[in-house]
Amino acid sequence: MTGEGIREIITVGLVLVSSLMCFAAGVGLMRFPDVLSRLHAATKPQILGLMAVTAAIAVNNATIGTFALLTAIIIFQALTAPITAHMVGRAAYRSDHLRRDLLIQDELSVSVDRVEQGNVATAPGGTPPEGPTQDDRPSGEQYS
Amino acid sequence: MSPDPGGRRISARSQIVLLCGLVLLWCLLWGQFTVLSVVSGAILAVVISIVFYLPAIDLSGRINLWHTAVFLVRLIVDICRASIDVAWLVIDPRYQPSSAILAIALDTRSDLIMTWTAEAISLVPGSIVVDVDRQESVLYVHVINVKTGDDLDDFRASVFATEKRLVMAIGSPADVWRVNQPNELTRSARRGKN
Amino acid sequence: MQIAMIVAGVFFCAGAVAALYRVIRGPSLLDRVIASDVFVVTIMCVLATEMAFSSHTETLPVLLVLGAFAFVGSVSFARFMAKQDQT
Repeated sequence: MTGEGIREIITVGLVLVSSLMCFAAGVGLMRFPDVLSRLHAATKPQILGLMAVTAAIAVNNATIGTFALLTAIIIFQALTAPITAHMVGRAAYRSDHLRRDLLIQDELSVSVDRVEQGNVATAPGGTPPEGPTQDDRPSGEQYS
Repeated sequence: MSPDPGGRRISARSQIVLLCGLVLLWCLLWGQFTVLSVVSGAILAVVISIVFYLPAIDLSGRINLWHTAVFLVRLIVDICRASIDVAWLVIDPRYQPSSAILAIALDTRSDLIMTWTAEAISLVPGSIVVDVDRQESVLYVHVINVKTGDDLDDFRASVFATEKRLVMAIGSPADVWRVNQPNELTRSARRGKN
Repeated sequence: MQIAMIVAGVFFCAGAVAALYRVIRGPSLLDRVIASDVFVVTIMCVLATEMAFSSHTETLPVLLVLGAFAFVGSVSFARFMAKQDQT
């Protein structure tokens, strides 16, 4: 009987953590000023909220099959969430969807400028050959 | 395919490790570890790796279970702590948005370590890898809630710590040696160049 | 238990409504992509919460499929954006 009660309390606690994370993500989406900051708010429920709530399921339903499937879900989310964030962040930076006045330091623009200046004669506005920061390197990087 | 037998043996071994990973994932998806699921998973893994061919991964062939465990536990702790930080930031009414994009030159030259480091950094809320320079092993990381230069240095140090834990876990011996050098000098020199 | 369920439901709803607001209002396409991602994850969390409270595991595959769809959708949108803006 007490074991039942403890399990219930743990479940409730984990679910509340998850719901708070989802709430914070929503508020972050409303409040933060640019795409990259919103991206930070968005990666949070994907990881901690999902981990908490899957832990709640595991507490309630402790079989090998459930554990296995939950592990698969967590691994899958943990692998894909950063890729999504990276792709969206890269697209946001490329298409200038960020407020540069909020950055206290931007070291990417320095190297982008350097690459563009070095290749302005060979590839004007195109794809600089020695510019791995520029084009298709990062997308190939996630497979390698 | 490289002509020397040693190189081919190494790539065959990492191929087998990856196939085992696929079979394990298949079993996890089915939620059972029976002969049927293992066999069907093995067949499917071979078919997939032939049909959807990807460039071979350079596994270093070295794995330290203790350091892997340290890395995973520390990752989970970091995720929890940083999640609470960012959640508080969202609620905090006095929050002034201020962020930065840093170029962080890693020590490793391995694609795999770099990918995993980027993955781990992005997984922890509050920092996202925006771009990657593969030749120079530079990660361009967007960090939220940094106000002063000290914050930036702290963040750099935490990225280097993540990389070091990861290299201690699965890096090649050369990388381990490089990470354990007291080479703040080379780091700052490279950082200045970028 | 009942109270906790109601509180969690209110938080989930508020998060989902905020994400929907960003989907509708979002100044750029990328905002909408991020917001719809958050929305899908909130749905996943709600499904999982329902499973945890009523102690069954029937909708676990749905979680997996939702995660896969969110991932593929976001990545393809982001790639499309990157291509489009390289003018």
